[in-house]
Amino acid sequence: MILLALVLVPAVVAALAYFLPAAFRAGLLVFAALAHLLLVAVLWATPGHRLWDGWLADDALGRVILTIVSLLFLVLAHYAIGYLREENPRGGRAFVSCMLGFLAAATLVCLSQHFALLWIGMETTTLAVAPLIYHRHDRRSLEAVWKYLVLSSVGIAFALLGVFLLATAQPASAGRPLVFGDMLANATALDPVWLRAAFVFMLIGFGTKMGLAPLHSWKPDVYGEAPSLVGGLMAGALTSCAFLGLARVTAICFAAGAGPFVRPPLIGFGLLSVAIATAFIIGQGDIKRLLGYSSIEHMGLLSLALGLGGVGAYGAVLHTLNNALAKVMVFLAVGNVVLACGTSSSGRIRGLMRTMPASGTLLVIGLFAITGSPPFGMFLSEFTIIKAAIDQYPWIAVVLVVLLSIIFVGIASMILEMVYGERAEAGATAATVGTERPWLVAAPAALAILVLGLGVYMPAPLSDAIASAAEALGGRAP
Amino acid sequence: MTRLAELLLLLVVLANFSVLATSRVSACIRAIAFQGLLLGALPLLLIPGWSTHTMVLAAGTALVKAGLLPWFLRWAIREASVRREVEPLIGYMASMLLGTAALAVAFAVAAVLPLPLPLAVTPLLVPVALVTVIIGLVVLITRSKAITQVVGYLMLENGIYLFGLTQSARVPFLVEIGVLLDVFVGVFVMGIVIFHINREFDSMSAANLRELRD
Repeated sequence: MILLALVLVPAVVAALAYFLPAAFRAGLLVFAALAHLLLVAVLWATPGHRLWDGWLADDALGRVILTIVSLLFLVLAHYAIGYLREENPRGGRAFVSCMLGFLAAATLVCLSQHFALLWIGMETTTLAVAPLIYHRHDRRSLEAVWKYLVLSSVGIAFALLGVFLLATAQPASAGRPLVFGDMLANATALDPVWLRAAFVFMLIGFGTKMGLAPLHSWKPDVYGEAPSLVGGLMAGALTSCAFLGLARVTAICFAAGAGPFVRPPLIGFGLLSVAIATAFIIGQGDIKRLLGYSSIEHMGLLSLALGLGGVGAYGAVLHTLNNALAKVMVFLAVGNVVLACGTSSSGRIRGLMRTMPASGTLLVIGLFAITGSPPFGMFLSEFTIIKAAIDQYPWIAVVLVVLLSIIFVGIASMILEMVYGERAEAGATAATVGTERPWLVAAPAALAILVLGLGVYMPAPLSDAIASAAEALGGRAP
Repeated sequence: MTRLAELLLLLVVLANFSVLATSRVSACIRAIAFQGLLLGALPLLLIPGWSTHTMVLAAGTALVKAGLLPWFLRWAIREASVRREVEPLIGYMASMLLGTAALAVAFAVAAVLPLPLPLAVTPLLVPVALVTVIIGLVVLITRSKAITQVVGYLMLENGIYLFGLTQSARVPFLVEIGVLLDVFVGVFVMGIVIFHINREFDSMSAANLRELRD
């Protein structure tokens, strides 16, 4: 019942927000976000809910991702209230409804134990964010949304083919068709050839949605042109959901003994993503595109960690959490700067510490958070992933440390120039002092506290859930 | 029944090739509508016993793939009053050759991947599904107009749907309807974006979209 409510509350409120007068919109958005988070809290208190013969069920991995989505959505909902007051060409009706529709679809992805149901949720998230990307209705965002729609639709179509191939691999004796738990329990009965074909197509499909190189070409364009809030929603919540899909099919492959087949592509895609992100972060001139490449880097780390297995699986789940929170925080801080300066071209933004002290400080905190510096949470997860690499392929660990250091230098040089630098390029548009609105600062500040907190103290229920999620992925806690 | 199904599958391949060969956008849309109609008829022939499930699936597929989507695409080209030519990036002859190569690859791959026994309805189903997927990709990549890219995407989806028919008895009804609905909404959203592209650029060519790069 509670599982159904988790999906239906945002869906119903999305419809209400579309048809009720504008005065209700902000209230409805925050109400749905709060109600959703409350329901997720109930899920933590009473685990093990099942519905529809186990098609919808709450397991550790799904619950962790769902919690990420729900937390981020609450923060983004508050930010959206401030954002829509600043930049809102057409009333924000479609914007709020699509955000809520996205929440409903992402919840379906997290809770479904049936691969086809998961696919339906994933495709719906794709469609729900398209109008959000095109919020500003200009040529550049039009180009971004078209690229996104075509590439994601083709990618997700391949994932559907992968789902059908997975069903073909499962003989009638191996439990209910396409139900995750049954497939995992009867993994050895699966046909190895069809299973491999299914994995290939689902890796392409979910990899496109995550933005793994070489399927990443939409990502910098979309993150560069979409409102920062939408970029945050995608980099934090959408990619985490896509990772969940990839993790589930990988878990089945590991259980079926197809590990030697699936690990090289996961590790390869992962390393390639980190390498390509490094190449484009150096010398990048646009802060939002830079965040797109940073997201490609972190998705690469997730894929790599999944492929390494062992403590890597624990690192992957932990990294999903840390990346989502930190990335959204930086996106929101950048969003404030872009709103005030009217540009995301980093060469034209200077002296933020003087003009926008709050957002400037958050940006500096965010810089250290997304590059995995201690004491932030991402330091722990990156450390775990590197440790998993040392255990198996020490050269990967060396390559990773080098690439991550270069990325740190690249991101730091851009952000520190923007915050502390004073000599701007010609045509710099300085923000006027004192333009920071409380809604727009409170949201990323709350995330900053959360990111810092998780680096210092990890609550026991959360670390237990991450450990059991890692076990479901064939790994273990360190 | 199987004979008739095989005939329809061959017509599906024919529709693929006519999309590759034609130079008119409206002919592409006609071919894709025809293919949608065939796809609607196929479950009735391939799945034994006409259950309500099969009938609703057939009717829903025909309604969406042969009715609503082609009608919507026609509306889009009429409202946007675009030029009628397909404007391929490679010649029609080269397209046909690619299609033929796809056909050979599809049959070769299908021979390596035999369906488990109870699912093997007709040996043509898997290769035809594969060739439709590949030709859909070819159309998607080699045609510059946004609307023909949507046609390519629909062919890709049709191929996946054909493959899905092998699993239709095991994948529940709700799921099939959900998939159909998602494809419909997806094309709908693409159509709206095409409309905006045309308004902004006075042309539906996706080749105009090249401002964003590093």
